[in-house]
Amino acid sequence: MAHFTKATSLHDWLNQRLGVDTLNRVLATEYWIPKNINFLWAMGMILAITFGILLISGIFLLMYYQPNVNLAFDSVNYTIMQEVGYGWLWRHVHGVAASVVFLIIYIHMFTGIYYGSYKKGREMIWLSGMLLFVAFSAEAFSGYMLPWGQMSYWAGMVITNLFSGGSLHADGLVEWIRGDYVPAQAYLNRFFMLHVLLIPVAIMGLIGLHFGALRIPHVNNQDGEEIDFDVEAKKYLAGDKANSKVIRFVNDFLSKDMMVVGIYLIFFFYLVFYHFDFAMDPVNFDPADGLKTPTHIYPEWYFLWSYEILRPFSTNVGLIAFAFAQAIFFFLPFLDRSPNAVPASRRGLFKIWFWAMLVDMIVLTAMGKVPPVEPFGTIGFYAALTFIGLWIALPFITMLEKKV
Amino acid sequence: MKELFILAIVTTFTLVTYYLVEPFAHANMHAHHESQDFTYNDLPALTKKGDVTRGKDLVMGAGACAGCHSIKVADMPAPMDAVTAAQSYGVNPPDLSNAGAVYDAKFLAALIKNPAHALMLENKYNEKTGKTFPMPQFYGAGGDIDQEIADMVAYLQSIAPKEEELTANEAFETACGRCHAVHYEYNLDDKLHPSWTQIGEKPTFKHKQDELAFETKVLDYQDSLTKYLGKLPPDLSMYIRSRGEHFLSTFAENPDNYLKGTAMPRVGVNAVAAEKVIEHLADVGDSKRHMRDSIGKNVMIFIIIFAIFAILWKKEVWKELH
Repeated sequence: MAHFTKATSLHDWLNQRLGVDTLNRVLATEYWIPKNINFLWAMGMILAITFGILLISGIFLLMYYQPNVNLAFDSVNYTIMQEVGYGWLWRHVHGVAASVVFLIIYIHMFTGIYYGSYKKGREMIWLSGMLLFVAFSAEAFSGYMLPWGQMSYWAGMVITNLFSGGSLHADGLVEWIRGDYVPAQAYLNRFFMLHVLLIPVAIMGLIGLHFGALRIPHVNNQDGEEIDFDVEAKKYLAGDKANSKVIRFVNDFLSKDMMVVGIYLIFFFYLVFYHFDFAMDPVNFDPADGLKTPTHIYPEWYFLWSYEILRPFSTNVGLIAFAFAQAIFFFLPFLDRSPNAVPASRRGLFKIWFWAMLVDMIVLTAMGKVPPVEPFGTIGFYAALTFIGLWIALPFITMLEKKV
Repeated sequence: MKELFILAIVTTFTLVTYYLVEPFAHANMHAHHESQDFTYNDLPALTKKGDVTRGKDLVMGAGACAGCHSIKVADMPAPMDAVTAAQSYGVNPPDLSNAGAVYDAKFLAALIKNPAHALMLENKYNEKTGKTFPMPQFYGAGGDIDQEIADMVAYLQSIAPKEEELTANEAFETACGRCHAVHYEYNLDDKLHPSWTQIGEKPTFKHKQDELAFETKVLDYQDSLTKYLGKLPPDLSMYIRSRGEHFLSTFAENPDNYLKGTAMPRVGVNAVAAEKVIEHLADVGDSKRHMRDSIGKNVMIFIIIFAIFAILWKKEVWKELH
């Protein structure tokens, strides 16, 4: 057993038992971050804060929500939105945050791709991040079921139908997922459980893994420079802060994070109070009706690109393309054969690949929402082919890349 | 500078995506109809000046309006209760107390003369289908029919509340409330308003039996209505959020715009009443909108101050890092 002495202060008492000084040093004051970064490096903090907002607003909503097909719609739109004090505020905060979190996730992902932050020891950061993306997608989908509106019901119908696997006709699997022939009480209950328990717990675990994965390879910087963190840290601690290439996580990095967070929150609350419709589809303010299919069924904006990879093809080909789109981002660190972990602007063909991928995904997103009429059908078809083609081309163009 | 450049790129791609997914996509999904400001240009203008006294005699005549319609402000009771009326006509004929304030004068005149035409239901009620609209045409009382109709309209306007006296829920009840329920209660001016059913506000009951009896009546009424229209008209509690102001207003103005051949008649409300109907739907389905605006302002001020302090803190901390 460790040796304990009479504590001289509360701090000392805690320090002997929890090692708070060591924790503070390891996690905060001597957790070294490169100095050469821009505001895109704050997206992680913004995501953490947005997840916190989702968690807190979700807890308040959970106190009044009723996971019952007869009560769910009114418990959201009447009880929460009108009867409960500030219930409307928590719901708008939750709905807007659920949409905005994906905007930030995409910025975060494309930042990683642009700066090559998934290479040279940072593969686990990318993989744990992709697991988070999948978990957030499942969380968003399951949450979308809960108000039990028309779009909840029909999106649930369409998405669970995907599991029949086209010609495989795995209808038994679909029924097993739904717990019924159609989305009904069993379905709502299990998606409620997933949304408020299993997936949030998984997300919190994955956030821990994601943070942990950063620890050894360290955070990348905007020139892809390899930094000797020990040498630079010594320089900093010796007082030469201006010439050191690293900064402390607290307060140096945190102060910059909070500056970006402050500006982000202006944008966020503007959306919450004055521009929330984009995140709260009007169709979902009609109660679920299994006998009345809405004219247009479309997922929320952040799923549109993968939906459009499914849609332009025949059922079986579409499902294969869709599965490809869901999985392929995981393989990015291994498909990129280049030895360079530098910004895309210095990587020749990869620079073109990056911007082509970004534009293609925006085109897919747009085409995924509009009705599949001409010319949108054709544009969507070629955009989907381009997406697949770009991934097939990636190993070859990166193999050709010269070492910089 | 480099950071601003990066911010400009991120913002541009975000806005382009937003534009494509929201305004662009919605313009391609939904037909857009501009409001005609409830002018009802297809209906003839009123040329005669009406006389209230003569109009009263015409309206009150048992062979004319009062044979089917109640006029509560003039102590004229309904000949039948709502359920029986719906069983006879398909829908309960409206009380005419507010008609002069809610409906456009041109529309009222056209309605008296030829209901199916004014209501735009001639696709359903014509010689070919052999169906006649439950409300008979007014063929005149022996004099100049246009003068007589102008007199009736003048009388209805004389007993109706003034524009500013007509409340939002009265406008709704007269224009929409006999077909559409709004089952959400709502608070307005610190008063709790009960659920609206097609046969009126749902009272508070002491005994379960009375409540069940009332609900049975509502169901009976809804059965007649469903038979009459082919489908029970939707509950409008959340329509302000699911359809929005523009759709509601242009739909009420001319349902044919969006649903060709629908059983829903043109309502014929004037512009002021239409605004009040929408205000009522907002009072029910978006009751916290005023609070949202005022709290929004305070939160924005708070967050801007927070951001300013965050920027100052960063400047302070990074002074010695450069």
